[in-house]
Amino acid sequence: MVSQSDQKTPFSLKALLRDERFWKIAFQVITVLVVVLLFAFFIGNLNRNLTQQGNAFGFSFLVNPAGFSIGESAVQYQPQDPYWKALLVGLSNTVTLVIAGILFTTLLGVAAGIASFSQNWLLYKLSRVYVGLVRNIPLLLQLFFWYFAIYGALPRPEDQIELLNLFYLNNRGVYVPWPSTAALALTGLASIAIGIALGLFLWNWRTKIRVETATGGDAQLYAVGGLAVIVLLIVCFGLNWQAPQGVEGGGVTGGLRLSREYVAALSALVFYTSAFVAEIVRAGIQSVSKGQWEAARSLGIPAGTAMQLVVFPQAMRVIIPPMNSEYMNLTKNSSLAFAVAFPEMYSIATTTYNQTGRPVEVFVVLMATYLAMCLLITVLMNQLNRAVQFKER
Amino acid sequence: MTTTTPDSFSSAPPEIVKKGPVAWARKNLFSDWFNSTLTVVIGLVLGLGGYRLLTWAFSQAEWIVIPNNIGLFMTGTYPDELYWRIWVMLAVMCTLAGLSWGILARNLPTLFSRNVLIGIGVVCAFFVLFPPTRPSSKILLPMVAIVAAAAWVGRVAGKAKPGLGKWISLGWGLSYLLAIWLVGGSIGLESVSTNDWGGLVLTLIAAVSGIALCFPLGLIMALGRRSSLPVVKWLATAYIEVVRGVPLVAFLFMGQVMIPLFLPEGARPDRVLRAIIALALFSAAYLAENVRAGLQAIPRGQQEAAMSMGMSTPLTLVLIILPQALKIAIPAIVGQFISLFQDTTLLAIVGLAELLGIGRSVLANPTYLGRYAEVYLFLGVIYWIFCYSMSLGSRKVEEMLNTDL
Repeated sequence: MVSQSDQKTPFSLKALLRDERFWKIAFQVITVLVVVLLFAFFIGNLNRNLTQQGNAFGFSFLVNPAGFSIGESAVQYQPQDPYWKALLVGLSNTVTLVIAGILFTTLLGVAAGIASFSQNWLLYKLSRVYVGLVRNIPLLLQLFFWYFAIYGALPRPEDQIELLNLFYLNNRGVYVPWPSTAALALTGLASIAIGIALGLFLWNWRTKIRVETATGGDAQLYAVGGLAVIVLLIVCFGLNWQAPQGVEGGGVTGGLRLSREYVAALSALVFYTSAFVAEIVRAGIQSVSKGQWEAARSLGIPAGTAMQLVVFPQAMRVIIPPMNSEYMNLTKNSSLAFAVAFPEMYSIATTTYNQTGRPVEVFVVLMATYLAMCLLITVLMNQLNRAVQFKER
Repeated sequence: MTTTTPDSFSSAPPEIVKKGPVAWARKNLFSDWFNSTLTVVIGLVLGLGGYRLLTWAFSQAEWIVIPNNIGLFMTGTYPDELYWRIWVMLAVMCTLAGLSWGILARNLPTLFSRNVLIGIGVVCAFFVLFPPTRPSSKILLPMVAIVAAAAWVGRVAGKAKPGLGKWISLGWGLSYLLAIWLVGGSIGLESVSTNDWGGLVLTLIAAVSGIALCFPLGLIMALGRRSSLPVVKWLATAYIEVVRGVPLVAFLFMGQVMIPLFLPEGARPDRVLRAIIALALFSAAYLAENVRAGLQAIPRGQQEAAMSMGMSTPLTLVLIILPQALKIAIPAIVGQFISLFQDTTLLAIVGLAELLGIGRSVLANPTYLGRYAEVYLFLGVIYWIFCYSMSLGSRKVEEMLNTDL
């Protein structure tokens, strides 16, 4: 049969045109051709235009001295440092903004999401109004509002606001207590991280013992308590906290100054993204079947504990994947902070472009940086996602 | 707490449900000590904040900045002697809106029910009393009349000819071209440079053009990513993933700089067009993901059934798969359109005078120095109204298309 039909099929154009396999290949070839031609056209023009401007493509400019100063930076930087160092400063500023943003967004978003299930009418309405209001107003407008209308309306340094002798607010920024040296601050962060990791390990150990033997595990409980006390002692007394001091006639010394630009950008990002996170959390909790909730309640578990131990862990499966894209949105939206002159990655990149006239190279650097950050978030979130998925056999 | 003993269980009358504000407050605000504390704390914070806001709004705020610059906010620096074109455009839009309303409501018993009449009355009163719109109320009130008249015509015509809805969609499509022609001029009209486009008009033009461009592009990308042809799939995936990894500001700014570099001299589009292209290219990647989610929700059996009926791949897509997939994806697609609308604010950063950009230049005027809160609140209300009505509209369309019983 097969050989027969294979042998005597004379080539005919009509048959070929009706053959789907032919069209599948032809369509791909045409697509590739179109894309290649388009790229050739674009890149040809680009080369011609760049050589006309006298800037052949290349990244060697990155080692030239930048020559501009940067208002605030997490790493040491002087104007005579090279461009790559300036870009690194921008990256470090973006990273501090994004990490703080993700932290506060998660807290506020989850709180607002859970609040929309509250039995308290006022809290419920507050959460719904917040989401409905904030999601429908552009982020950039909100950012300007925070920067100009809210933090800009704070008093001048001469008559700054003082809270509890620990915080100072004026229209140049917010001053908070901080460990006296950077090394001590890092020590504090590290001890908190180690403490949390050890605590989780001990807690899981205890759970395992209690599941297997239905008793015991007291030693682990005391160990967790002791650990908490030790970490608390280190954080409270070991870090040489320095509270900001108001200076006569305006201004503040000591402590950590969070510039008005940083605080405004952080507030806008957190308030905007949290509204979306709240909706994700709400949808996630709604996706847990009502029977789970009712079963927990009929076992006599109080409402708060039932939410914490029964409903929320199951909702996490639905919540984590869209949270990933919200965190990525926050990372990308952090570039808007440049509109209020916060020297983050995008802002430094624009300055670099303005000084060197190399749009393509700067764009490549910018794109690679944000792609890398987004990729990192995705990898971390996938790890988390794996941890909360259903474990079936 | 009520106590029920077993023998009173069957004979006791049903518990009396208490009504009235006190019972309601007890149930919803003060059910236990935790709720009561929460209510008191939130109430105090809200009350204090509301009081501060009201005292600010009525004693410290200088709202005069809004009515004095309302022309700028709406149309930017559009030349005064050509203003009639904007009004003609608005009249056309009002006619179409009225016709659509009349045709959609043709099966209702009365078109101008009491609620609708009250609504029209409120709108008219608002136009006359609200200081920014008061000077133009001589034109705005006839616009309301046009909407009402067109609605009546649409209802009569819709009853006579049921298939009129299609023509209304075509009318909206044509009105977009008409609007561009009226605003921009050229053929037969004195042309207005895009530098003079601005305010809400530019925001709306950018948003509508962006949506019109990004929808087909996003559709193609989504289909490409789901395609069985490897080359098409790779290209579409690469495009979507790369664009989704870059912030929009970078995309817009570099669009302003790089699109001219990619094209030969003499073929360079102007600033507004470049910004719209960048906006559409950016949104298309996100839209593609929304459409892809819709496509994935269609069971394979639909395609197989169409194939076994002898339909070709393009026909299957257009007649079977896409109508179902797009219906599922409507909420996500409209969400993407809303964020595109919000993203037009970024045009302010690349130097275009759209609504936010014109707001910033008003604030740069020394006369209105420091009136940030007033201007930004006003702009926020405008954006909120548009975005909120879009999401309301999406919910209505969802209900209309819902074929589940």
